[in-house]
Amino acid sequence: MKKKIIKINKAKLTLFFETISGLSVFSLRFFKGVLVPPYEFGEVKKHMIELGIKTLPIVSILGFIIGLVLTMQSQPILVKFGAESFLPTMVSLSVVRELGPVLTALIFAGRVSSGIGAELGSMRVTEQIDAMEVSAVNPYKYLVVTRILACTMILPILTIYVDFLALVGGYLAVYLSSGMNITLYTNEVVRTLEFYDIIPGIAKTFVFGFIVGAVGSYKGYNAENGTVGVGYASTSSVVLASLLILLVDMILVKVTITLWSP
Amino acid sequence: MVPLIEIKNLSKSFGDMSVLDKVSLSVNDGENLVLFGQSGTGKSVLLKCIVGLLEPDEGEIYFEGKSLLGLPINELNEARKKIGFLFQSAALYDSMSVRENLEFPLIRNFNFSDSEREAKVKKVLEQVSLEDAIDKMPSELSGGMKKRIGLARTIITEPKLILYDEPTTGLDPITTKEISTLMNQLQHTLKISSIIVTHDLVCATIVADRATVLKDSKLIFEGSLDELKSKDDKFLKNFFSSEVVEDQMEK
Repeated sequence: MKKKIIKINKAKLTLFFETISGLSVFSLRFFKGVLVPPYEFGEVKKHMIELGIKTLPIVSILGFIIGLVLTMQSQPILVKFGAESFLPTMVSLSVVRELGPVLTALIFAGRVSSGIGAELGSMRVTEQIDAMEVSAVNPYKYLVVTRILACTMILPILTIYVDFLALVGGYLAVYLSSGMNITLYTNEVVRTLEFYDIIPGIAKTFVFGFIVGAVGSYKGYNAENGTVGVGYASTSSVVLASLLILLVDMILVKVTITLWSP
Repeated sequence: MVPLIEIKNLSKSFGDMSVLDKVSLSVNDGENLVLFGQSGTGKSVLLKCIVGLLEPDEGEIYFEGKSLLGLPINELNEARKKIGFLFQSAALYDSMSVRENLEFPLIRNFNFSDSEREAKVKKVLEQVSLEDAIDKMPSELSGGMKKRIGLARTIITEPKLILYDEPTTGLDPITTKEISTLMNQLQHTLKISSIIVTHDLVCATIVADRATVLKDSKLIFEGSLDELKSKDDKFLKNFFSSEVVEDQMEK
């Protein structure tokens, strides 16, 4: 029994590392593809608009609720320590540095990575990708590079939007409980947030966007076994993208603190 | 005369399973070659090896006298521009309208003006008798219409060779005849050569100049369709008798 469990875990571990190495090679092709003409600007723009519109409603709710709930949860504790005036500081730092970028990226992964996985997977199993290749068009460049680029560019924009809505939600909670003036709240937020807080938070979302696009494209592009394979590509994209976002976030936070701590 | 395409001793295996074993054949300019064989005998694999979707284990493929194997991607793509491929499922791009599907290879591989492109799209749609479908999405088309649009997308780049992968599978007898007649017209009007993988005797009767049969990963016959039908071989007799019975039942 124990041997069997070890064997299964070994197989899963091997599969995981195979996926990571395959994904790395697949993603590295992006850098060559993005630099070499022809440039598919129209496709990138189309995907950015599509992805933005597709994700906007859910991230709007997310942003507003993060700020609202975080404030509601933190307020009683800060009141206990007589530090209620630090509420805008705490909310803005938490949102801008960590919660906004990571939660937006996770929601984006759930919404977009699965969609890309399913779309490209379906194109793979119905031979549309093969059709593109035999018509002398590079399907990697047309389908994958454009999607990864669109994800990489749209996620930071969505994150800034989510951060803003979270601060609005935070203010609403503060106003309802203590009636704090909006000017005071805004001044506190602006006074608190520095270059060091904003830039790393936004910069890492470029990496998260890249991960979402690359993982979804990798899983979909290599889908096999018909419709079952499409389903697998879609769900496994979300799992892998979310896992990588969390792992990379951990690394980036450590790197940022080490290199850039004031 | 140098054949348009020549395949020499082509072999391909997947793991331990040999799919093609030293297959050799050639197609001349303006000729239609029909490739028969049971399901899973490697007919589609052969077509995919020709266009570089699969890499053969051994053998040579020459197109216009030049080897297609081991070419850098840009040179392979130059050859691909002269070779059309009609997939069994037509493989139309779901997210694009019929017009966009037809324009896709033109925009990316040729420098036509908008008006030239529009004229080409209209011309091929006229050839497949589907002018009204220009702004439809693939999901709005029937199986036969998809095959016709797939064919239109294949011929819009004016290839020298078309590879048909079961072009009439799943179609009713009338549409089968229409598609087959259309393929024949293309051969005569545009002087396009073809390799047609099919199980369909009706289609083969209309289009074949020559026929070949693949069995157990080897080519076991090459000759005219009449010679093939009259061949005293148990497998061939069984193969074609079942086709005839199915054909009669459909009728």
